[in-house]
Amino acid sequence: MASDEPIAMELAKGQREISIASFFEKNRHLLGFDNPRKSLLTTIKEAVDNSLDACEEASVLPEISVEVIDMQNNRFKIIVEDNGPGIVKKQIPNIFAKLLYGSKFFKLCQARGQQGIGISASVLYAQLTTGKPARITSRISKKHAAHYYELHVDTNNNKPEIIKEEEVKWEKEHGTRIELDLEGMYQKGDQSIDQYLKQTAIVNPHVTIIYTNPKAEQIIFPKATDTLPKKPVEIKPHPYGVELGRLMSMLKFTESRTLQSFLTSEFSRVGSGTAKQICENAGLMPNTKPRDITRDMTEKLVEGINKTKIISPPTDCISPIGEQLLEKGLRKEINGEFYCATTRPPGVYRGNPFVIEAGLAYGGDQGADNSIKLLRYANRVPLLYQQGAGAITRSVINTAWRNYGLNQSRGALPIGPMTLVVHIASVWVPFTSESKEAIAHYPEIIKEIKLALQEIGRKLASYVSKKRRIQFEGKKRDYIQMFIPHVGEALKELIKLNDSEEKNVEKLLRAILEEKRGKLEKVEAENPEYDEEFAKIGKSEEGEENEKEQ
Amino acid sequence: MKKSSKNEVIQRIISIADKEVYSKIKKKKAPELNMPLRALSNVKYDPKDGFFELLGKMKERTLTANTIKTFAQTLRMMAHAKNIIQNDDITTKREMYYISKNWKEAAFKEQPESDTVMDDMEAMMMLNREQLGFIPEEKGGEIAGKLIVVDKDTDTGKEIRIDCTKFGSGSYSIPNSVEQLKFETNAKFILAIETAGMFQRLLKHNYWKKANCILVSMGGVPTRACRRFIRRLSDTKKIPVYVFTDGDMYGYANIYRTLKVGSGNAAHINQYFCVPQARFIGVTPQDIIDYKLPTHPLKDVDIKRGKDALKNDPFIQHHKEWRKALEQMNKMKVRAEQQALAAWGLNYVMEKYLPQKLKSPKTWLP
Repeated sequence: MASDEPIAMELAKGQREISIASFFEKNRHLLGFDNPRKSLLTTIKEAVDNSLDACEEASVLPEISVEVIDMQNNRFKIIVEDNGPGIVKKQIPNIFAKLLYGSKFFKLCQARGQQGIGISASVLYAQLTTGKPARITSRISKKHAAHYYELHVDTNNNKPEIIKEEEVKWEKEHGTRIELDLEGMYQKGDQSIDQYLKQTAIVNPHVTIIYTNPKAEQIIFPKATDTLPKKPVEIKPHPYGVELGRLMSMLKFTESRTLQSFLTSEFSRVGSGTAKQICENAGLMPNTKPRDITRDMTEKLVEGINKTKIISPPTDCISPIGEQLLEKGLRKEINGEFYCATTRPPGVYRGNPFVIEAGLAYGGDQGADNSIKLLRYANRVPLLYQQGAGAITRSVINTAWRNYGLNQSRGALPIGPMTLVVHIASVWVPFTSESKEAIAHYPEIIKEIKLALQEIGRKLASYVSKKRRIQFEGKKRDYIQMFIPHVGEALKELIKLNDSEEKNVEKLLRAILEEKRGKLEKVEAENPEYDEEFAKIGKSEEGEENEKEQ
Repeated sequence: MKKSSKNEVIQRIISIADKEVYSKIKKKKAPELNMPLRALSNVKYDPKDGFFELLGKMKERTLTANTIKTFAQTLRMMAHAKNIIQNDDITTKREMYYISKNWKEAAFKEQPESDTVMDDMEAMMMLNREQLGFIPEEKGGEIAGKLIVVDKDTDTGKEIRIDCTKFGSGSYSIPNSVEQLKFETNAKFILAIETAGMFQRLLKHNYWKKANCILVSMGGVPTRACRRFIRRLSDTKKIPVYVFTDGDMYGYANIYRTLKVGSGNAAHINQYFCVPQARFIGVTPQDIIDYKLPTHPLKDVDIKRGKDALKNDPFIQHHKEWRKALEQMNKMKVRAEQQALAAWGLNYVMEKYLPQKLKSPKTWLP
């Protein structure tokens, strides 16, 4: 060995901090940029989700324009523009070109975005594949100028690198526009941009989306209501489910002077009575100073919390889609015979409130021999990838659909003419990965999903059995009617009826039959809300191969 | 059976069609045809009357999915009956089945369906199928022995005298309709035999001459004509009827029981088609033991038949002797055919068995 230095010293030379941006540069699949087709969709999705969150936070009815331009050689230019509140000048570079920078991570509040990764990751992806900077324009009011930025992500330092900045003229009073050049692939089908935008429109009836696809066709999804969804409220964490480390850091940074006031002011659903109870169960004095609480004491505190009965967190912080809107969306998209939807009462996992909603459209044009179609949503965002992995699919598979009139093999989605929608709304949606494609398997969530599915399943079963009953009754009547002319003919011979008397006998017999068995109910439901053009959007065109999930 | 003129029968048919069906339809009420349920569960046995009589259970055919087809078929068959009576014609049961093939969806699939509707029509109108113009194609049974049957020539109407002693090794066939027949005889009894084989054996050796009797071959369960023939012969000439069948459940509970008191299925006409004075001389279960007859083991179907008879047959239930006999056979678990007597010699049956049995009424069953 050439040197007497311990090997560790040699090794230390190669050990250095890795910036988050560098990490994601290498692991972009974690964020949903695994392949060109998915990357294009993810970019659109991040931009649109951000626009919708911004508009709703500012109580503006969202109007979003999405343009995807084919630049040839697998390059695309995408432009997403909204009428949201805009972004103040100094924040623009951080928001678009610094990973893990955002407003939502520390808040417990229902929103589409969570971590502050998505849009800056898209900027990074664009930069990696085309080398071109992101072009951002934003304006916050009539009185303020519009600012234009060209940005790169400095991957070594996870910092924005400003290529160009200037004030520009913009006809919009407020709003934000992002323009990116990136490598991608455009294809219609189940996991397409068209499908994502359509499904977004279905569960966000207050949103207008103007979409121009790479074939230069413009599709407008007009808003169906002028009412914004109830604005979700930010809540404090609930004591149940708060982990030790989190509790320790909360104790360190609190401004409260006693343990009791710490508990009442930092948590939801804790009054002074409950706080005293927690302290008693933890064997700690209510007037202990938070700063003096050691790691061991914190552990006791967690035990105390778990021993104390605390009412569930407030649930007004969640804004579900609602049974009516969910059903309406299904009617527009699917020409079926039977529709129903349900919104479950709120549940709690790890101290986070959540609401499960489910809806279904049955029969009609849908094929009876295939697996059902499952549409999954989280906080009003459609989940298009990783269908097999999440808690939603697991719950659907574990529900006994045979009881509700569908076929089902063990461990598989049910078979039948049905589209199923499941939505989870929560202050914090537990995704299995940062690409937000599947919901983590929390038993509380799975249980609620199953309850929702069972509820709509029962409604379906009663419809299916009613339909069978009516069809059976219809067959019986047809059978009876078949013999009525024979009765007429026999009577004609037996008591010498003339032709008109014979016809009258048949007519009377039909009337008697109708009266005796009651009016035959109709099962073929009309669905005036079905929109054929709308339903076609995003479907694979004939001859075009539908790329399956990677 | 009530004697009705052709006109009366036609009027009955029309009246049912008019009152039960047409007038109800005009009043916007569901038309219905009601007829007695023809089954063992709907008969009672009173030994004073001597035959199965109907109880009150009825079945209804109307505008329901289960009954509309037979409802329409019954009406169409009634219309056909009316036509053939008016035209002085007849239709065999098989022909009726083929005629229905013109009724499209109301056609009968198999002849048993059409036979059932025909029997129901009889029961509903309390008329004999011959009065409705329908005749069976089955053979009525064979006669040999000391009997002269007086019939009429169908063309000339002249009397014909048929001497049943003059058929040699052959026999006289009972016609489908026996009401017009007259009898001349001085025989001492009538012997009704289950199998054609046993009939042939007795005929071959002119048993009827030695015993001074009339032999009847029933060929299984006796037809209506056969039952009616024996009944009229026995009634008018005041001679007893003895029955000789295989020693098994079918011989007892089906052949003998039907001859004597009628059947559940034809309960509506039993009054005329039964022979209450008939007595069972053999082969009884006790005979199997007494005459050491070769046997066969009872099959499941035999055991079931015996249990059904004990449980559901009002005739068997009424007679203690019959109950004992069936229980005895169930215990023995064997049966014996009439012709098993041949094991003791071909002529054993007429030289020993029948003379002994006829002399000892104690060994008979009621």
